[in-house]
Amino acid sequence: MLREQYSEYLRSEELPSVWCPGCGNGIIVKALVNAIAALSLRRDDVVLVGGIGCSGRTPFILDFNTMHTTHGRALAFATGIKLARPELKVIVAMGDGDASAIGGNHFIHACRRNIDLAAIIFNNAIYGQTGGQLAPTTPQGKRSTTSLLGTIEPNFDLCKLALGAGAGFVARTTVFDFHELIETLTRALTHKGFSVVEALTPCPTYFGRMNDLREPYEMLHYLKDQTIPQALEDVPDEAAQMKRLPTGIFKDEQRMEYTELYSQLCKAAKGAAVSSSE
Amino acid sequence: MPERKAKAKKPRLIQGNEACTYGALYAGCSFYAGYPITPSSEIMELMSRELPKTEGVFIQMEDEIASISAVIGAAWAGKKAMTATSGPGFSLMQEGIGYAAITETPCVIVNSQRWGPSTGQPTKTAQGDVMQAIWGTHGDHPVIVLTASHVRDVFEMTVTAFNFSEQYRVPVILLLDEVLSHMRENVCLPEPGERNLIERQRPARADGFKPFKDLTFLPFGAGARFNVTGMAHDEDGFPAQAAEADRQLRRIMNKIHQNVEKVALYEELHLDDARVLIVTYGITSRAAENAVEELRAEGVPVGLVNLKTLWPFPDFLFERLGQNVSHLLVPELNLGQLVREVKRAVQGRWLTVEHLGRVDGSLITPQQIVEAIHQLTGTKIPKEGVQQC
Ligand SMILES: Cc1ncc(C[n+]2csc(CCOP(=O)(O)OP(=O)(O)O)c2C)c(N)n1
Ligand code: SF4
Repeated sequence: MLREQYSEYLRSEELPSVWCPGCGNGIIVKALVNAIAALSLRRDDVVLVGGIGCSGRTPFILDFNTMHTTHGRALAFATGIKLARPELKVIVAMGDGDASAIGGNHFIHACRRNIDLAAIIFNNAIYGQTGGQLAPTTPQGKRSTTSLLGTIEPNFDLCKLALGAGAGFVARTTVFDFHELIETLTRALTHKGFSVVEALTPCPTYFGRMNDLREPYEMLHYLKDQTIPQALEDVPDEAAQMKRLPTGIFKDEQRMEYTELYSQLCKAAKGAAVSSSE
Repeated sequence: MPERKAKAKKPRLIQGNEACTYGALYAGCSFYAGYPITPSSEIMELMSRELPKTEGVFIQMEDEIASISAVIGAAWAGKKAMTATSGPGFSLMQEGIGYAAITETPCVIVNSQRWGPSTGQPTKTAQGDVMQAIWGTHGDHPVIVLTASHVRDVFEMTVTAFNFSEQYRVPVILLLDEVLSHMRENVCLPEPGERNLIERQRPARADGFKPFKDLTFLPFGAGARFNVTGMAHDEDGFPAQAAEADRQLRRIMNKIHQNVEKVALYEELHLDDARVLIVTYGITSRAAENAVEELRAEGVPVGLVNLKTLWPFPDFLFERLGQNVSHLLVPELNLGQLVREVKRAVQGRWLTVEHLGRVDGSLITPQQIVEAIHQLTGTKIPKEGVQQC
């Protein structure tokens, strides 16, 4: 995309963003804009819902219908919007803590319902906005401001969680692979159903500083080294998977989507009401 | 609200929760998200049956936090939306209610009150969430809190709740209670068109629309691409600095507090010559009305104010009280909540304010109120054996 084309989607008066230099969030936003442009979505038809966290600030800078909600609940807000106006394209930007700690319940239920939302999880493996505390995604042994000696807790694999809960589209990629990120987001936005894109992204300010990766480029290399393009089931065992996280599109399967099923239900209810009054 | 008596209508024997549902549908509610909890569940069950027939949306969410969040989302997508719950679920909704208040989101939250936390006494009644309804969420925030006394009143107050929420762009909380939710009374429901329904004000143009400037509203997808946030925000919905944050918070508070005389609904009985006044609300007002009759028959000059709007509190009503009134009694199914507002509203005046509380899960009886007034005025010694709460 050309520089001028981006500006069509950005709220220039809200720039620069609040994000730190070296933060990966901007790369995800750039990829998202590319995907939206590639699909020629009208800005008026796109609703972007953010949770709370550094990642949750995404809605401010993009020129769509935007909503910055409460911590963990973005998917529930988005569910209300989508059900009320199924014709709108609803995209949700969440942090990993947002999606899987405080919002874990909403996450699994959105997956289960298979409602047509595109959920992008900005996974920096730490709580960025609140100052680098432990997240459910912080790899075991890594340090945070609440696990100074390295966390003893195992971490979530968000994609496995989404698969287990029934999401129709599940993918993981990193900001290191910019073109793959665009491609993945484009596919997620085209998918009719609940799609989850876990985008691994660097937080040099906290994750990096706490874990001896002081420079942003070191963090990008870390992401590259930590991942391997591979199907989930091709990785020999759990331990190997934890060492190098598989990336790719793990599932893209069509099943009946929630708002479609709901509209069928309305027809059935109307029919039943008519026949019972006859 | 005026009752039209054009043609004789057949009354229907319905439950308070049914009246609430029908009131919401009458008002144009087309979105319901909720999570089951006694004694409110019949509202959601009936909504799940009725809404799909008219292509309204019903969804049972995973919890009450999700329910209020979905309601707010739907409101910004243009729907008249509501949820219903009871005490514990209402507590879970508090962050969302605060968000709705600060983002000026029209929506209705019904709380059918019951006693205590977790399961408390789920099938027993209470009026213990008055303070939670007014102050439950964080920080200063505008909300309207309404209540109702009988089944038809539940219908009317639900319509009013939607009207106020649309008119002022605020969350409106309707406090019912277990008894009112579950009891059945004969009710003639109004025909379509008989009640005035208020809709969100639309701006003249989408272009240049400022979502947080005044009461005008546009939903998502209507051509104005604005931002909604719980952060302190300016008229466009973007982060505001100190002075603007202060100005905006005062503006949204004033929507309610400067309109208190329009929003404060109440009924009064014998105010002109009352020396003793019962200040009551919700289900308890019925016992109070009976007590007034009994006491009047005895010659005790007692009057009654039945508050239908609990918040904003109608201070003006108490400022206007004549010199004839010397005693106030506030009966409530709690250990002293609205009585604090009453005391505040009459402070500095030579008035005795007494509270009559009951918290065993049963209703206050007319007899308890009569006894309490006798004690208050010294007109009679309470009979032995009658429990005084
Ligand atoms: C109910 C509630 N609890 C806690 C917070 C404080 N809080 C804000 S953001 C955040 C975590 C952010 O981490 P994450 O979701 O991973 O997003 P990131 O900032 O890393 O993008 C927390 C705990 C809040 N805003 N609301
Ligand atoms: S704290 Fe981390 S996640 Fe947040 S903006 Fe800075 S680098 Fe990005």
